[in-house]
Amino acid sequence: MRAFSYTRADSVGAAVQEAAGNASIGDASPLTKFIGGGTNLIDLMKADVLRPHKLIDLTRLPLKEIVERPDGGLRLGALVTNADTAYDKRVAARYPLLARAILAGASAQLRNVATDGGNLLQRTRCYYFYDTATACNKRQPGSGCDAIEGINRIHAVLGTSEQCIATHPSDMCVALAALAATVNVTGAEGDRQIAFKDFHRLPGETPDLDTNLKADEVITSIDLPAEGFANNFTYLKIRDRASYAFALVSVAAALTLDGDTITDARLALGGVAHKPWRDEQAEQMLVGKPATVDTFKPVAAFVLRDAKGYEHNAFKITLAQRAISKALSQAAGLESV
Amino acid sequence: MPAATPVPAAIASQSITLTINGQPQQLDVQPWTVLLDLLRNELDLTGTKKGCDHGQCGACTVLVDGNRVNSCLLLAVMQDGREITTIEGLATGGVIHPLQEAFIEHDAFQCGYCTPGQICSGVGLIREGHAKTADDVRELMSGNLCRCGCYPNIVKAVDDVRISEGDPK
Ligand SMILES: Cc1cc2nc3c(=O)[nH]c(=O)nc-3n(C[C@H](O)[C@H](O)[C@H](O)COP(=O)(O)OP(=O)(O)OC[C@H]3O[C@@H](n4cnc5c(N)ncnc54)[C@H](O)[C@@H]3O)c2cc1C
Ligand code: SF4
Ligand code: FES
Ligand code: FES
Repeated sequence: MRAFSYTRADSVGAAVQEAAGNASIGDASPLTKFIGGGTNLIDLMKADVLRPHKLIDLTRLPLKEIVERPDGGLRLGALVTNADTAYDKRVAARYPLLARAILAGASAQLRNVATDGGNLLQRTRCYYFYDTATACNKRQPGSGCDAIEGINRIHAVLGTSEQCIATHPSDMCVALAALAATVNVTGAEGDRQIAFKDFHRLPGETPDLDTNLKADEVITSIDLPAEGFANNFTYLKIRDRASYAFALVSVAAALTLDGDTITDARLALGGVAHKPWRDEQAEQMLVGKPATVDTFKPVAAFVLRDAKGYEHNAFKITLAQRAISKALSQAAGLESV
Repeated sequence: MPAATPVPAAIASQSITLTINGQPQQLDVQPWTVLLDLLRNELDLTGTKKGCDHGQCGACTVLVDGNRVNSCLLLAVMQDGREITTIEGLATGGVIHPLQEAFIEHDAFQCGYCTPGQICSGVGLIREGHAKTADDVRELMSGNLCRCGCYPNIVKAVDDVRISEGDPK
């Protein structure tokens, strides 16, 4: 790892001030980086992908609580660990979809350190992004994308661009997308709230930008709305081994039912796009319909309507359709988890 | 990728306090030193192993304030004030930890390279109290790879101690 200087922030204001001016440098390799658990940042610094000159340690900030919100939801402090979030009694009881998704990711050791804010900002696992000897527009804008014609089995099939076909690797974020969470951030210009669907970006012409967060903004917390879909939900993760592997395809499905009729639905996919892929049109197609496989299959096909496969990942299109049908069946209680 | 500005000339090391296996220690660390390298290279605590150095194998697992973590991805400077327990610190008064005993009894290792990490991870797992069955143990031990494939016996050893120590929570 290259040399860098280190400061410990003792307030959000101080952290923001330390990072001031960082925004202009862009996301490809900013000179100042915040550090939460460090499980992604240190890994990328060891690989020489990120080369910050200064780290601002956020882990001593008082953002480690999960608190009730007046509207009946919960606020997750940005520095709460993934483990403390998943095992929190309120999260487990009211947002079991979120708990399930978190526990499907990484390992117990990593979840003990990884923070909720850091999870949102973890970078892609695209092999070329990690390998500084290759061309990668995300790592080095304008250099090209070696994945498009290369080994692209783990890459995206939805929302790709000519510049980048990477996926966002998070499990937690797929659940947060389905739950329609809100991200609270603080920057030099004050506080703002970002709806989860607007937090991550598609690659387009600027794949170096994963999210709409500015480089000098700190995530302070994540708000969960009151509705947690605790009765009819599933997080289905499909991967190369049964545990401790990133998703090839994952599905967060949540329903509310009146008898057999679907009254509300949420559907988000992981492993298929540059951002957690929530499809609100598909959700609307489910509402008012009976919760049956005959309802689910056309919706699954619809979600993949614009999918584009590459040499090694076209299998994900069929896999995702089957996974959606299965996940909706599990959420409806037609199939065991 | 060219650096946009030169790296600052001399970056001072920082003074931190760690309690390592019960011994408080004042240490000067460079900001980029990870806990694993501090333990192995500077404190001669070589029981903790380096496998992948990227959070992918669990060989470097130690306990920080009782929680199992991968020491290869933790900056030492960020651990200031915390208690670190490594495989060398699990015995009490010359008597090895029940989980170390169980690993011997169940023949839960061959080459032994992953073993310190497996044992620290198992100790953390039991303390967390989330495993209720052997299947839970298997899932919650998935962060520790074993190239010798001793998984069935590792799960037996951890599950035995989990059951005999009872659920702490
Ligand atoms: C071997 C391995 C397997 C994994 N498997 C999975 C998996 O299956 N599923 C999954 O979802 N994840 C997986 N992960 C990824 C893991 O979940 C992330 O590394 C973790 O969530 C990142 O959190 P962190 O706090 O450690 O982030 P850090 O590494 O500290 O930070 C990540 C990024 O976020 C920024 N940052 C952190 N906190 C803030 C904040 N509050 N405000 C602004 N910026 C901030 C940092 O500057 C950095 O750019 C795996 C990781 C490893 C190493
Ligand atoms: S897919 Fe994106 S991250 Fe991967 S090489 Fe191409 S530009 Fe880089
Ligand atoms: S050496 Fe740390 S996880 Fe492999
Ligand atoms: S005993 Fe050899 S790697 Fe586990």
